[in-house]
Amino acid sequence: MKVKEILTEKEGGKLFLLGNEAAVRGALEGGVSIASTYPGTPSSEIGDVFYKIAREAGVYFEFSSNEKVALEVSVAAAAAGLRSFVFMKHVGLNVAADSFMSAAYTGVRGGMIVLSADDPSMHSSQNEQDNRIMARLAGVPLLEPSNPQEVKDLMKYGFELSEQFKIPVLMRTTTRISHMRGVVNLGPIVSGKEKGFFEKDPTQFVVMPNNMVVRRKDLIEKLTQIKETTNNSPLNKIIDKGGDGLGIVTSGSAYNYVMDVVSENNIKVKILKLALSYPFPEKLVFDFINSVDNILVAEEVEPVMEKEILAIIGKYNLRKKVYGKLDGILPRIYEYNPDIILTGIAKITDKELIKRENFDTKLSLPLRPPVLCPGCPHRATYFALKKAIKKLKIKEEDIIYSTDIGCYALAIQSPYKMADYCISMGSSIGIGCGFAKATDQKVISFIGDSTFFHAGVSPLINAVHNKDNILVVILDNRITGMTGGQTNPGIPVDGMGNPAPEVSIENIARGTGVGFVKTIDPVDLKKTEEIFKKALKFDGVAVIITKHPCAMITNAENRKKGISIKYTINQQECTKCLVCVKSFTCPAFYIEKEGSVNINPLLCDGCGVCAQICPKKAIEVKK
Amino acid sequence: MKNIYKIHLIGVGGQGTVKASTIVGEAAMKKGLNVVMSEVHGMAQRGGTVVTELKIGEAHSPLIEEGAADLLIAFEPAEALRALDKINEESFVIINSSPIVPFTVSLGISEYPELSSVFRELKTKIKNLLIIDAQKIAKEAGSIISENMVLLGAATAIPNFPIEKDLVIKSMRENLPPKSIETNLKAFENGFAEVKKGGKSIGT
Repeated sequence: MKVKEILTEKEGGKLFLLGNEAAVRGALEGGVSIASTYPGTPSSEIGDVFYKIAREAGVYFEFSSNEKVALEVSVAAAAAGLRSFVFMKHVGLNVAADSFMSAAYTGVRGGMIVLSADDPSMHSSQNEQDNRIMARLAGVPLLEPSNPQEVKDLMKYGFELSEQFKIPVLMRTTTRISHMRGVVNLGPIVSGKEKGFFEKDPTQFVVMPNNMVVRRKDLIEKLTQIKETTNNSPLNKIIDKGGDGLGIVTSGSAYNYVMDVVSENNIKVKILKLALSYPFPEKLVFDFINSVDNILVAEEVEPVMEKEILAIIGKYNLRKKVYGKLDGILPRIYEYNPDIILTGIAKITDKELIKRENFDTKLSLPLRPPVLCPGCPHRATYFALKKAIKKLKIKEEDIIYSTDIGCYALAIQSPYKMADYCISMGSSIGIGCGFAKATDQKVISFIGDSTFFHAGVSPLINAVHNKDNILVVILDNRITGMTGGQTNPGIPVDGMGNPAPEVSIENIARGTGVGFVKTIDPVDLKKTEEIFKKALKFDGVAVIITKHPCAMITNAENRKKGISIKYTINQQECTKCLVCVKSFTCPAFYIEKEGSVNINPLLCDGCGVCAQICPKKAIEVKK
Repeated sequence: MKNIYKIHLIGVGGQGTVKASTIVGEAAMKKGLNVVMSEVHGMAQRGGTVVTELKIGEAHSPLIEEGAADLLIAFEPAEALRALDKINEESFVIINSSPIVPFTVSLGISEYPELSSVFRELKTKIKNLLIIDAQKIAKEAGSIISENMVLLGAATAIPNFPIEKDLVIKSMRENLPPKSIETNLKAFENGFAEVKKGGKSIGT
């Protein structure tokens, strides 16, 4: 399949879509006009698809500078009567939360969907937060699709629901839904309105306390009305698998595991699948509880529905046993899978566990941690900085490396070990300010270009104003790299592939009053080291911007131009000092069994930085 | 429920594991079958282990239960060992014999087992084992990057593989860039032929 087919494939057709791709098709079938995001795995591919098709689809799409801005762009569009779609990873909703919470009060006119892609098991995230709780905190309806077909269908439905009750709708996916492929039956694409018009009503849209006192009451009334919908929605359905002893209440990915386990093992149960799961359908669940002897709640991550069910049982004084996370029948941590669900059911039904003889191995297997790519400019930055620190004889324990969310945090690994603290997007500078005040250690804050635009500017202002002594290294690789290479405000291209003004990081730094600002190309190691030495000696806030395109960009450009430069090792000159392997650690290097050092031509990206670090000048261009 | 065919694919970032899986999935859809697939994105993309799973038939979840895979395709020999918990003695296993030794081995923080002991271990456990030199076959077809299509060709040739060859080829044409399609088809055909000619490894 080509990405374009998500737009061009006709009604009645079928595509094998990723959950994230299905979200785009669903938005198009729902008549979306505006979409916005800040990239974050597992939601990133939604933006990648919009980037490729938005122009042709007649939809406005942008990579906003952060999730809060993205949400504001979409909520304003919805206030102007357009259908809008904002999407992000689960922790992105924390960034957007301030506006999100108020958006539930102000409400919308055009339909608006906020998609949060949660990441149970933290495949590429810092926490496991369950954003079904965010729907409850804000007071907005919640959709939980279980597969790509449902993602697509619920997008369309979500717009209708949002418009009916004039409230944003939250859709919660998880990694296994966003990154699951399945057969999706397509419906017709509907053109969204091109432009909206904002009818003023400050009592609704200006969050003054006296306005919001009224809106709070309205919001609670709305939620009561929506509960009628959730109680009667065909999206919440009972699947009778021939038993009324055990009832299983489930949603999202957990539903898939329950269905497969029950089918494969012929377990007689009754299943209640909730796809429109908040406001919690109390009446529907009450009836379901009464139709079975006891209940198992299968949900990822927190015991959200389990507590709702316990509340119903308490409220109506029912005598039913509820199994789930709270009694340890199912785990509270990490994502589920069919085996976990089977084990849980077996614990309740006392069924002999279907024990398969598992193979395993005693051989020790090689570790394959994610590493900075061959040709990654960050490696050059870290190598030069490390050298500057050594030359200035600053002890490692006297430096705090405050780093941020991005590929450059991979410097946590040996031999660099230049990551001591990292908690959230843009935190490296604010954390640096704290350490600068709390200790006499030298603080070095690392932050990427996209992360700097996201949440790095205001802490830089803070550092200047509060006279902190920190070195801020902005690793500008001309892309949002870790999420797969999206544009950001520092790139002269916008989210639809159109030319756009390039926002200068250096000008921002100067504008805040930073006393020492330099932009350098880190691939020139000597120069970089010299500038780092000066910056380290500077008293106050120093900003070094190491600017060099991500290896993914240079590789793609070289391929296009037919350029292929590979480096090799002159074995006569090589003394096997292993600086290249042990200190520089480019993954293209390897040691043969007999001890010779070599470069894998399939991995070498031709950046040539290694040739600068070899004391014997034994690394040369392969002829 | 033996009408669900379960395939576990494991490889290393950059080997085209996800692409090969997607081609199988789309081919299954073309045949009119239901199919679900799980894939990996994000941090593991470069140099890390990449796992995809497919269930062809009336399944809801793409995640394969322990010991339940009908077919394991390992794009790298040591990675085959990482997937042992997914297979049983009846599973069919296809392994690329070319190792990819990660950087951690050069750094001295992890080990790559002797290839001979990897294969010995696999042979003692697996009845239907097929070890093929996908790298060599891909090179002969014109590009080492086509390793994934060699393995896909081999998979298409095994007994009980649920999708016909022509549908897989059709799906390849729709998923691979036109400029490399001929090389990829050749790699696929050579992988297919390798199995059809009854390589000694089968059943050893």
